[in-house]
Order: sequence, then C-alpha cells, then structure tokens
Amino acid sequence: MKSSFGLSLAAVAAMALAGVAALPATADAQYPERPITLIVPWGAGGGTDATGRIIASLLEEELGQPVNVVNRTGGSGVVGHQAIATADPDGYTIGVATVEIGMMHWQGLTDLTHEAYAPIALVNADPAAIHVPADAEYDTLDALLEAAEDGQLQASGTGQGGIWHLALAGLLQDVGLAPDVIQWVPSEGAAPGLQDLVAGGVDLVACSMPEARALVEAGRVKSLVIMSPEHDAIFPDVPTTEEAVGSTWTLGAWRGIVAPAGTPDDVVATLVSALETVHQSDEFREFMLGRGYGLLWAGPDEFREFMAKSDEDLGSVMTAVGLAQ
Amino acid sequence: MDAILLAAELVFRVDTLAAIFMAACFGLFVGSIPGLTATMAVALLVPITFFMEPVPAIGAMVTCVAMAIFAGDIPGALLRIPGTPASAAYVDEAFRMTQKGEAERALGTGLVCSVIGGLIGTTALVLVAPVLAEIALNFSSFEYFWLACLGLTSAVFIATASPIRGFLSLLIGLLIASIGLDNPAGTPRFTFGYAELYGGIDFIPAMIGMFAVSEILRHMLGGVKPQAGVAAVRNLLSGIGRSIARYKVNIARGSLLGTLIGALPGAGADIAAWIAYALSKKFSREPAKFGTGHVEGLTDASAANNSALGGAWVPALVFGIPGDSVTAIVIGVLYLKGMNPGPTVFLMNPENIYAVFMIFFAANLLLLPLGYVAIKSAKQVLRVPRRILMPVILLFCMVGAYAINNTVFGIATMLALGVIGFIMEENGFPIAPAILGIVLGQLLERTFVTSLIRSRGDYLAFFERPIAAGLGVVTIAIWLTPVFIMLWRRHSRRQAPGESA
Repeated sequence: MKSSFGLSLAAVAAMALAGVAALPATADAQYPERPITLIVPWGAGGGTDATGRIIASLLEEELGQPVNVVNRTGGSGVVGHQAIATADPDGYTIGVATVEIGMMHWQGLTDLTHEAYAPIALVNADPAAIHVPADAEYDTLDALLEAAEDGQLQASGTGQGGIWHLALAGLLQDVGLAPDVIQWVPSEGAAPGLQDLVAGGVDLVACSMPEARALVEAGRVKSLVIMSPEHDAIFPDVPTTEEAVGSTWTLGAWRGIVAPAGTPDDVVATLVSALETVHQSDEFREFMLGRGYGLLWAGPDEFREFMAKSDEDLGSVMTAVGLAQ
Repeated sequence: MDAILLAAELVFRVDTLAAIFMAACFGLFVGSIPGLTATMAVALLVPITFFMEPVPAIGAMVTCVAMAIFAGDIPGALLRIPGTPASAAYVDEAFRMTQKGEAERALGTGLVCSVIGGLIGTTALVLVAPVLAEIALNFSSFEYFWLACLGLTSAVFIATASPIRGFLSLLIGLLIASIGLDNPAGTPRFTFGYAELYGGIDFIPAMIGMFAVSEILRHMLGGVKPQAGVAAVRNLLSGIGRSIARYKVNIARGSLLGTLIGALPGAGADIAAWIAYALSKKFSREPAKFGTGHVEGLTDASAANNSALGGAWVPALVFGIPGDSVTAIVIGVLYLKGMNPGPTVFLMNPENIYAVFMIFFAANLLLLPLGYVAIKSAKQVLRVPRRILMPVILLFCMVGAYAINNTVFGIATMLALGVIGFIMEENGFPIAPAILGIVLGQLLERTFVTSLIRSRGDYLAFFERPIAAGLGVVTIAIWLTPVFIMLWRRHSRRQAPGESA
C-alpha cells in the first residue's frame, strides 16, 4: 500500500554501500548497473507483499544492486499488473505476478493477460482449503456438502469472483451441485472473512492454509479439505479433495516473478539464475515454510506454460460457474 | 516470574535499546511529514527486521508507530496539515490554538495525552487481551456498518458547526470513495476506462490535497490572516499539568474508547480520534468553545489515537487477525520470527511476548522526552516566513502523495482535491467530513451490502444482534435529535402565541 520515500532514502544509502563493495570486483557496465524496482500488485502486509519483500532483499545480495519493493495496489490487482506490463522492458522494473492475471481479463476488467510478460520464475503456490468453525456440526466435506444442498449456507474469504470464490464454486460444480448453492458473501480478503466466520456471520470460509493457520492453531476453526493433490506440510491431517469426496478438483493461488515482455534474454537469464539461488537459499526456504507457504519452482519456459494453462483452466471454470463476462 | 525476568534481559540490551531509539527517531521523522503514514514507516522497517533478533525487530516496529502517530499532530497543529489520518479529527482545533499563539500548549497537551493513552492501551493489552479479543471477534458486518455510521455521524453532526454543510461535505467524500473497482460487486465505477482509477482515490493524497494544498492556495491568494507571533519560548510542560488534571475524565474516556475501537479489526486510530473528539464535545460543559482553539477536545482525541495502537495488537496477537494496517504488517514479521500469533504465543517463548509488552511501555515513556525535543525543534517552523515555507510544504506534500503508490497520479489526485477543498472552504463547507467520507466510504458500503447479502435482503437483521442493535439505536437517536429539537421548538412556538391570544 504505502512505501517508497524512505525506500528511496534506503536505496541511496544501499547504493552507496553497494558501490563501495562492488568497486574492486566489476568495473564494466553489466546488468544490473543501477537499482531495480520490484512491483507488488497487492498491499503491504499481505502474503504477496511479504514474499516480494523477502525476494527483493535476497535478490539484492545476489545482484549487488538495491531491489526496491513498490506496492501498486487497487482494482483487484489490475493496477499493479498493468504497471509491470507497461514498464520499460530493460530489466530494471520487474514484478510479482499472481494468479489473478489469469482471471481479470475473463471478468472483462482489462485486456491484460500473461502474454504481456517475460516470465522469470514461478516461486510459490498455495492451494485453496475450506474452513468451518471448530464447533460446526460437520466434520467432513461430505457432511458440509450435504448440509449445503438446501441452499442455506453462506461462505466468504475474498471479494466477489476472487480466487477463493472460484475455488469453492468450481468444487461445488465438480461434485455435481450448483456452483452458487453456497452463497458467496464478499469480503476484503481472507482475514476479514475468517473473522466473520468466527463471529458467526458466515458458515464457511475458502482460503489458503497459511491464511487460516493462527485460528486453526487457536482451536477456533477446523479445515475440512485442501484442494490439492498433496497434503499440507504443516497440517498433514487435512484430507485432499480426492480423499474427501473423490474429486480431482484442485485450485490454488500462485506467485511468480515476471518482467515486461520484450526484456532482453540475457537480462532474463541473469535474473533467473539469481532468483534460483535465492529460491534455494536457507533464508528463503525458512521464511516460506515458517509461514506455511508452499514452495514451487519453475523456470521461464515452464512458467510460461504454467500461466497459459492456469489462464485456460480459470477461464473455463469462470465461464462454467458464471463468473466470466 | 522467570519469563518476566528473561524478558527484561531481552529488552535491556544494547542492541534492543539502540534499535528502539533509532526506530523512535525514524518514526518521529516519518510521522511529522504530511502524507507519510505510520503504516508506511513500518512497511519500510520490514526488510531491516529480516536481519534482526525477534525482540528488537518487534520493538522497533512498536516504537516507530507510537512515535509516528504522535508526530502526526505536529504539522497538524503548526501548519494545519495532519501528518497522519489519525490527527485529522482535531487538526482545525490545534491550528486555531497555534493562531492564538498557543502552539506549545496544543502540542504539549497532545504529547502528554498521547503518552497516557498509549500507556492505558498497553495496560489493556497486557491485562485483558484475551477477553477483549473475544469481544472484538464478535463484530460482524452488521456491527461494522453501524460503527461506520457512528463515525460519519460524529463528523457531521457533532464535530461541525453546521450539520447541513457537514452532510454535503460528507456526500462529496462518499462520492470520491465510490470511485474504482474495490466495491462489493467488483464493478468499475467512475473510472472512464482509466486503469489508474481502478484503484480508486487513495485517502492520503486526498487528505494532503484538501488540507495542505487548499491552505497553500489560500495563502497565494492572500486570504490568510497573518499568524499570531510565536509566543515567548517558555517551558513546554508548564500549565499542561493543569489541563491534564482538569480534563482527566476526558483522557480516561478517550483512552478507553481508543483501546476498544483499536481492538476491532477494521477500525483504528483514525475513527477512534473522531468519535473521541465528538464525544468530548457532546459531554463538554463548554461545547461552544470547540472549534475556536479549545484544548479540551485534544485531550480526548490524542489519548484515543495512541491508545488505539495497543488495542490493535489485541486481535493480532490472540487470533492473528490484524486490528489495523500496521498490525497486518507486524503479523507477517511475527511469523517470520517464530512468534506465531495465537494463544500459543503466550505459551511457547512467553519471555518474547513479555519483552514486547515491556517495549510497549518503554516506547510510550520514551515518547515524552523525544516528543518534547521534536516539538521544540518543529516550532522553529513558525519563524520561517510563509512565502518561503509554503513552497517547501508543497514539495513535501508532493513527495508524500507520490510515495503512496509511486505514481504521478497521486500528485494529480492531491492537486485536484486541493482545488476542490479550497472551493469548499471558501464557501463555508468544512473539509473534515469529506475526508472521513473518503476513509470510511468503502467500509460503509461493503458492510451494508454484505450484511444485506447475509440477511438475504432483510433490513431488520441490522438490529437482530445485540451489539448491532445498541449501536444502531444510538446512531439513529443522534440522527433524530435535530428533528425532535426542531419539532419541539415549533411546538412551543405555536403554543406561545396560543396562550397570549
């Protein structure tokens, strides 16, 4: 949400330090020779922001240049994604792309798609999960779906048409129910949704495991399913969709680093190798696993295919459940 | 007891104390620049905390925020430009005091009340966090809807001289808040296909524009009365003891209110300051003095916005649910440092959490000397001739407006709203309700729509839950009071001629 003035101060200071440190090593003008901006399309304090900031501070060590995080928020991520796409493709502006890049154009919000970017790497993915109050009468997804059949249940976890809304609607459709049989109550994000769940406002919340973790550990909320082929590392007891209802439905949020399309190949290659080192570093692994975030790695080509497939999948689900325009 | 001793060892170490001191200076600096908020100060600290031990890392953030929220009062009182949104509620009052030559009294009172409020908020955090968190968790969209109404009502009906003009100003604010994509339906409104507008109008550039730019415009057009001379430098704290003693009830009320509102996720220091200021006027023995440079409202509101900081940590620590944007960032750092929020935070490594509490107290006490120095040095600003000062302020404003989203669009927003603010003020419309409208507009709409979705269109649901019903009745009673007063007057007027006939 906010940043920058002090960041630029920090940048100046860091530049001075980096300059001193780099003097004996390289004198030739090789990328990167000045600070890099990392655009985060979501607000300070959220998971994407945290991921972006840890990557920035570790990339800084790898590249020997300051990497400044800039939050460009609003418009369900449209503003920030647009800012990354329209930046100069010189490698000095990169950004964090999130799953929403494959959703917003289906909703008719923008013409922007993943094709506007030069992919660098996919770094994380968090599957959706379903959470109910700890004292809810249903202990399994089956029981919950049965209770949902008469159309009285309400769910929350993100805004209308957001990724967790889609995850729930897709799951309902996959098990043969109407995608809107559970009414979606829009919230500003997972935290307000979960608070509403505990306050008795809604019956269930769809969001990722790390987002619900504190309340699960506090014994206020229980998780019924994780929409992934694999178990969660921290909560291995939560069944997968396959185990819970025999459905192959999976969906999750992902985050990757991208540059604007047209960024020179050698620059991308430098970024990929630096990012790969970062991704394998203990600091990054500790940070991500400590917060319960799923680690994933896919280089540029694989990431490009991943985004294309994600886009296609999201589009067909959104059309099927009536969320596409 | 062992845990507390261990905690003291963690706090009273050179690195921890150095981190706290540096964060304090940083917080004072950021908070006193209009447009740079406490949230921003904390976000900037995050990358640095990656390389710190848990206790100094959290301590630095706690201290930084407390300083920034107080420091927001300084440009508010001296220049009528609130440094953070939490100071906007009483900026006019404080500035009037400065015009009367009482800048030191305004800021000194604000400082002492901030410290007291901060200490009370912290005490509540330490003693009753789990209980308070339970209460806060019971707030759903119905209660938040009424709370938003109550905040807006405070701004319109109580804090302004003319409710009608205040209401119109509020509507302008609500209109501005409705711009963008971030509404419950996720439909772009008033964006004209322009991607920057999808994000809506951020209230920081809006606030800087309406308060600061309009002030600069007025100065350029020669409409500012010459400033009262800087009062002879005397002891900043003299006479404040009397104010504190006189308004001790106000301070206690403001602090408790601030703690409660701060503990609610989704409501923070800014709403707390508004409601506290309105309450102060409502229960004052001298309500007519409000708005003329009267210190009473400052005591309530300054105590409230600092106590809200302690309150905001309650749901964050107990349930991992952020009480405001600052704690949202802090939760991330807590996880990073292995102090996972939740009841377990008090069981595993209790010394860490006690150390954080100690730092809360230390930070608030440190505010006293550092704030004193900050006021002393900031006061020199008044000696600078306005024709030199104004361009410098404009520069700072532009930096602040740009920094929100790192776009020139922020500066454009600031300038446009500066012109709107100027026109409004020249025609006697207060700008403060418009600012609160921009701040609370989304909360109001979102809670209204989600409440109706949840109740499937049943309006009675707004009164079904006990807290919601209570808040609703109070709000509606405030709305109806002017109507009843009007009817009663008309009634007695009609009776009076009847009797004489």
